[in-house]
Amino acid sequence: MEIVYAVLVLGALAALFGLALAVAAKAFEVKADPRLAQIQSCLAGANCGGCGYPGCGGCAAAILSGKAPVTACAPVGAEGAAKIAAIMGIEVASGERMVAHVRCNGGCDAQKNFEYRGVSDCLAATKVCGGDKNVCRYGCFGFGTCVAACKFDAIHINERGVAEVDREKCTNCGACRAACPRKLIDAVPYKQKVFVNCSNREKGPGVMKVCARSCIACGMCERTCKFDAIHVIDNVAVIDYDKCRNCTMCAKACPRSAIEPIPTAEERERFNAAQRAAKQAAAEKAAAKAAQSDSAAE
Amino acid sequence: MSVTTLLTIALGAILTNNFIFAQFLGICPFLGVSKKIDTAVGMGAAVTFVMGLASAVCYGVNALLQAAGLAYMQTVAFILVIAALVQFVEMFLKRYVPALYTALGVYLPLITTNCAVLGVALLNVQNNYNFIESVVYGITGGLGFLLAIFLFAAVREQLEFADTPKAFEGFPIALVTAGLIALAFMGFSGLQVW
Repeated sequence: MEIVYAVLVLGALAALFGLALAVAAKAFEVKADPRLAQIQSCLAGANCGGCGYPGCGGCAAAILSGKAPVTACAPVGAEGAAKIAAIMGIEVASGERMVAHVRCNGGCDAQKNFEYRGVSDCLAATKVCGGDKNVCRYGCFGFGTCVAACKFDAIHINERGVAEVDREKCTNCGACRAACPRKLIDAVPYKQKVFVNCSNREKGPGVMKVCARSCIACGMCERTCKFDAIHVIDNVAVIDYDKCRNCTMCAKACPRSAIEPIPTAEERERFNAAQRAAKQAAAEKAAAKAAQSDSAAE
Repeated sequence: MSVTTLLTIALGAILTNNFIFAQFLGICPFLGVSKKIDTAVGMGAAVTFVMGLASAVCYGVNALLQAAGLAYMQTVAFILVIAALVQFVEMFLKRYVPALYTALGVYLPLITTNCAVLGVALLNVQNNYNFIESVVYGITGGLGFLLAIFLFAAVREQLEFADTPKAFEGFPIALVTAGLIALAFMGFSGLQVW
């Protein structure tokens, strides 16, 4: 008999709590916007965090509340953004496709001042006297913290020991940018072909010693550029991607092979010859002009 | 009951009889959500809240069971209370404090299965605490949990970069660390309040 009593009391207690919860659920109901689930289904679903929100759910909520643009999810691209815009009932501002790019090309050409044998992680390496490449305090370690961060298999350590982005696979989610302890990774337009692959902000002579492929802020590129698109800022050349026309003249002018695409010896020779010829022509012209003004004065 | 009694209970729950390091209750979330200090503190705060509330409600339920002569059903009834309570807290927070709700995230429903919460309810009965003592024990027990998980998370964040032997990587070294912190907490065992 007692067992029946126990079951009854406990059952009653459970029923009471159940009822209270049911009432509370109605009383405290939060109406979820049906668009939330729709938007979330349009997102990449990788929870990469590239949008800056905690996972795809957070991003969907931010888009819904208008805090994030419909293009917030880089991985789904323009197509996905258009779908989300349709759900939200707004026009999508079409953005140019961007990809990540690593601003270092030093790798095996950068000097090491000791051999680092710790955890194969860039952040860990920075904790040991600034890392084995602390001769250059700006370069890529090549331990692949960004590779591990990438959910799309789009960044790898190349044969030179430097992280390199696979532009076709890259979705510009920003995970590698956040992971890199040296902040070497930029977002660049997909169409862009010319890059300065050095980030060392030290003065020329110092940089020259630490890495064979480094920007020494000589300004050759700046003088060569016809479009005012490359400038030496803080001792490192920076390309203005809005102005750059991808003519690759700066890459050919760079004496340190710090600008991609690195010219072949033949290309460089031809470029130098052209520069010499142009200089000679300018000198001749100036001389002729001087002679002319001389004769006019007489 | 005096202030001294309450102080003794509080000090006991936080330091000498810390739920994690001395009584080994609530080890699951302690190990599960202690990788980052932020989430660890969030979890600790949520557990503190639920433990305080559970102590209060379970005191009433226990009185009811005692009156009905069903004291042996405590455990089942307490589990019921805690589960319902956590559900209720979740609904309440979602409606009125959405910021805290999103901050706690998945850890909130997980508190249901935290044995420190059930432990505090059962210990209250075992120690014959009255209502106020129960609530104080619940809240300070939660604070002890918060302290423990915070310390442990702080150590674990540093451990990430330690050169651990291969066989000790991950959980083994975390368990060793937990043991060492527990040893350190044994140092409080001589603590007394006059």
